[in-house]
Amino acid sequence: METIVSIKPLLAVLVTLFVIPVLVSSSSRPNVRESWIFVAGAVKLILVLSMLPVILDGKLIGLTLFEIAPGVSIAFRVDGLGMLFAIVAASLYIVTSIYSIGYMRGLDEHGQTRFVSFFALAISATMGAAFSANLLTLYLFYEVLSLATYPLVTHHQDGVSRISGRRYLAFILGTSIGFVLPAMMICYYLTGTLEFSQAGIFAGQLSKPAALVVLLMFVFGFAKAGIMPFHTWLPAAMVAPTPVSALLHAVAVVKVGVFSIVRVITGIFGVQMMADFNLGVVVMCIASVTILLASCIALSQDELKRRLAYSTISQLSYIIFGVALLSPQGLLGGVIHIAMHAFGKITLFFCAGAIFVATGKKYISQMSGLGRRMPFTFAAFFIGALGVIGLPPTGGFYSKWNLILGTLEAQQTIFMLVLLVSSFLNAFYFLPIVYKGFFGKLDDDDDDDDERSPVKIKEANLCLVIPLMITAVISIVLFFYPDIFVHLIKVGLALK
Amino acid sequence: MDNYPALIVVTPLLAALFAGLAAWIEERLSYPIALIGLAVSLFSGVKVLMQVIGSGPIVYRIAGWDAPMGIEYRIDLLNAMVLVLVSAIAFFNLIASCQSVNQETSDRAGSFYTIYLLFVTGLLGVTATGDLFNLYVLIEITSLTSYAMVALGDRDRGPMASLNYVFIGVIGASFYLLGVGYLYMQTGSLNMADVARILSGIHGSNTVLTAFILCMLGIWIKMALFPMHVWLPNAYAYSPVAFARVVAPLMTKVMVYVMIRLMITVFGFDYIFNTLHLSQAVVWLATIAILAGGVMALAQKNLKKMLAYIIVCEIGYMVGGAWMGNQLGMTGAILHILNDAVMTFALFLAVGNMVYRLKTVEISDLKGLFQKMPWTMTGFVLAGMSIIGVPPTCGFFSKWYLILGAFEQGAWHFAAALIISSLICAVLFFKVFEVCFFEPMPQGHGQAHAPVSIEEAPVAMLIVSGLVSISIIVIGLYSGAIVNSIILPFLH
Repeated sequence: METIVSIKPLLAVLVTLFVIPVLVSSSSRPNVRESWIFVAGAVKLILVLSMLPVILDGKLIGLTLFEIAPGVSIAFRVDGLGMLFAIVAASLYIVTSIYSIGYMRGLDEHGQTRFVSFFALAISATMGAAFSANLLTLYLFYEVLSLATYPLVTHHQDGVSRISGRRYLAFILGTSIGFVLPAMMICYYLTGTLEFSQAGIFAGQLSKPAALVVLLMFVFGFAKAGIMPFHTWLPAAMVAPTPVSALLHAVAVVKVGVFSIVRVITGIFGVQMMADFNLGVVVMCIASVTILLASCIALSQDELKRRLAYSTISQLSYIIFGVALLSPQGLLGGVIHIAMHAFGKITLFFCAGAIFVATGKKYISQMSGLGRRMPFTFAAFFIGALGVIGLPPTGGFYSKWNLILGTLEAQQTIFMLVLLVSSFLNAFYFLPIVYKGFFGKLDDDDDDDDERSPVKIKEANLCLVIPLMITAVISIVLFFYPDIFVHLIKVGLALK
Repeated sequence: MDNYPALIVVTPLLAALFAGLAAWIEERLSYPIALIGLAVSLFSGVKVLMQVIGSGPIVYRIAGWDAPMGIEYRIDLLNAMVLVLVSAIAFFNLIASCQSVNQETSDRAGSFYTIYLLFVTGLLGVTATGDLFNLYVLIEITSLTSYAMVALGDRDRGPMASLNYVFIGVIGASFYLLGVGYLYMQTGSLNMADVARILSGIHGSNTVLTAFILCMLGIWIKMALFPMHVWLPNAYAYSPVAFARVVAPLMTKVMVYVMIRLMITVFGFDYIFNTLHLSQAVVWLATIAILAGGVMALAQKNLKKMLAYIIVCEIGYMVGGAWMGNQLGMTGAILHILNDAVMTFALFLAVGNMVYRLKTVEISDLKGLFQKMPWTMTGFVLAGMSIIGVPPTCGFFSKWYLILGAFEQGAWHFAAALIISSLICAVLFFKVFEVCFFEPMPQGHGQAHAPVSIEEAPVAMLIVSGLVSISIIVIGLYSGAIVNSIILPFLH
């Protein structure tokens, strides 16, 4: 494929990095600070979109920055997959920034400048991971992202967040240093390269057992993907302010984990080698266990954000599941779920945050009747839930549909059951929330004079409601027009 | 001008003399003299490095006497790099030192600068010289000056730490001198190149074996290879910060350089890896050093001591890499001399800033430091990331070569130790970050977040700290260029 050399990927990564000093210097004027975020976010999105036509044309955009050792450099290469991920992350960054203003000011949080600065750094790292041309560059941004999100997760600086932060780092940094780094070194030692390529890099240099070990080191090592048993950091990370949970722990961070595994399967091992060694089935089994177990655990969670977190763990494994099918439909369904799940799940998190700001309620059992007071929020929640369950008219249906077709195409009919059971479980843990929200009885044993008494509850401020409406609408739009994403995946993975 | 090699070493020596004399007249005069001396030295070092990269090694005969009778400075890519490293760190540390020296050794600033310059002279001489006995003399200069420096530090515990250091240091020096004696017995020469030429014919000799082992033991004691490290933590923790900042990054690294110099130039790879069969044992020793250093660091409550034990751990990296017996391992070891010096310097600069404000670096006293000293902490975090080995900081890239070298040799234990030590370092640093970040604990939303006023270190210290922190990333990104233009040409 033709590669065009361009500085745009670098700029798209750096723009939110370079805005950080500006943010810090305008920390005493929140409005100025926030407008800079939008400027940076918009520039970033424009840069990303300006690369879109070239990518859709079937070309690549590349840029090599530093040669580190023979055959390995820090380099960017934008292809269909990276583009898809970058569009999702860059567009949702802007939406989330609107939401952050409403959330952080609504709760009068401390350290807002620190918060937005590390948020910007995290988005830069996400973009870098999306555009990485090789495993080393990917690893670099993966690690930067882990560290940049630590102060966000532990934002409240209290005892609970301290313990959560520990768990967060122990799982994410521990696995990436303990598993991914050695696996990557082994790859480089054997092949002398770490570049992603459709055919894989091994060319018969790895025996089947060794390949299995290395693959498992990657799959478990990229713990941001939340594969069990390395998933417990994600529920713990829910102590973070909701914008962080929404963008980072439903979209950016977790998807970087999944994206890394997708890259390893499609670019390091190669679909062919995965199929020859029957490795796909192994990964599918691991993913299936996570899908089902996480869904079951989600059922038992009463704290809304934790339920969403377990749902995310389960949905992330859908993506890995689809890619591990190794069939065209499965790959398509899996990868497009990166986008579809992103819009659905971020809507759900936005709703959870809006409910918390408006009512101070975190537990599902307290939420009955709230839907009549906050109709927009609960309507959006309903759409988001449909997206995650995979029902029309939302984008989630498109990915589920393709995943199921993929299992048939790969003749893995048994695994189809996993998808069906999990969808059922999803419906079971989401829809009651909506039902009770609209039709349940408001518990009004609070004092009427209380500022937060049920009678006085109304929608949260506009900065919170508008973003969740936007993402809900996009979820629906994606049902009707998934074409761009489909095309990007077909170009990126050379599918027919 | 051809005298740059001499200028590198001689200017700090002369500056030491004048700084000492000037302090008699006026205490404040010694600082600018020291600064000028080190600036000239750094400038000459850079000149020499460029010359060596351009046109190959330089041989400089002191006073025109020919080897093997006279002393010669033989500067190739390896020691040109180390010379620049030493003079740069010594120079920048001096810039950062002005206030902290006045604070810590108020009445003895003149003697501080004199000893400081002598110490740097010694290190530069050790790096430049091509003569085995001259090497001994210069090692003793650095050691004697560091004994004095340690004694200048903490008034209660400094002298004891210094005494410990003296005893063990003298043993190390004696070992090395004895080794040189055996070599002289066998070869009748003290010039490194000359000795190497004569040795290449007599590999089987027991005298040579004894000489080699004695020299190595001596150097290992001086570089604090586990279990010969016991002098290091106290000596570094109780010396004045301005000195700790230069001795911690440089002393051990220069000794690693000496070890590599003896291995490559004097005894030769062929002798060490084909005639002797010690390399596996030494790599195991290095593995144990890495793990032991990390575990002991975990037990520390004082930040300076924790960092000192991390140095013990890093020494294991370099010794293991050098003894791996392949090009990748040696590349990693040499690259790590540079990287470790820079990141240790950055860490101790941050520690210096903390000491300047807080007067203590007990880890439990660092509460709220992210708010109080945001710039210092940024530098500290970056350096910590480098020690852990997070790309694109430089620490990652030397680890990269070291692990590849271990793979190639099948030394899985060494590779595993490197990975485990990364994890241990992650725990170590995040333990510190947690204290700085979480305490004092705020009480819920919107209240009790009383803004902590910023109390940063003086600007000069901050600027140096910032520059060094940036260089951690720059060196990391250009590590490919450094390997290709300095280390690989040297090894070929």
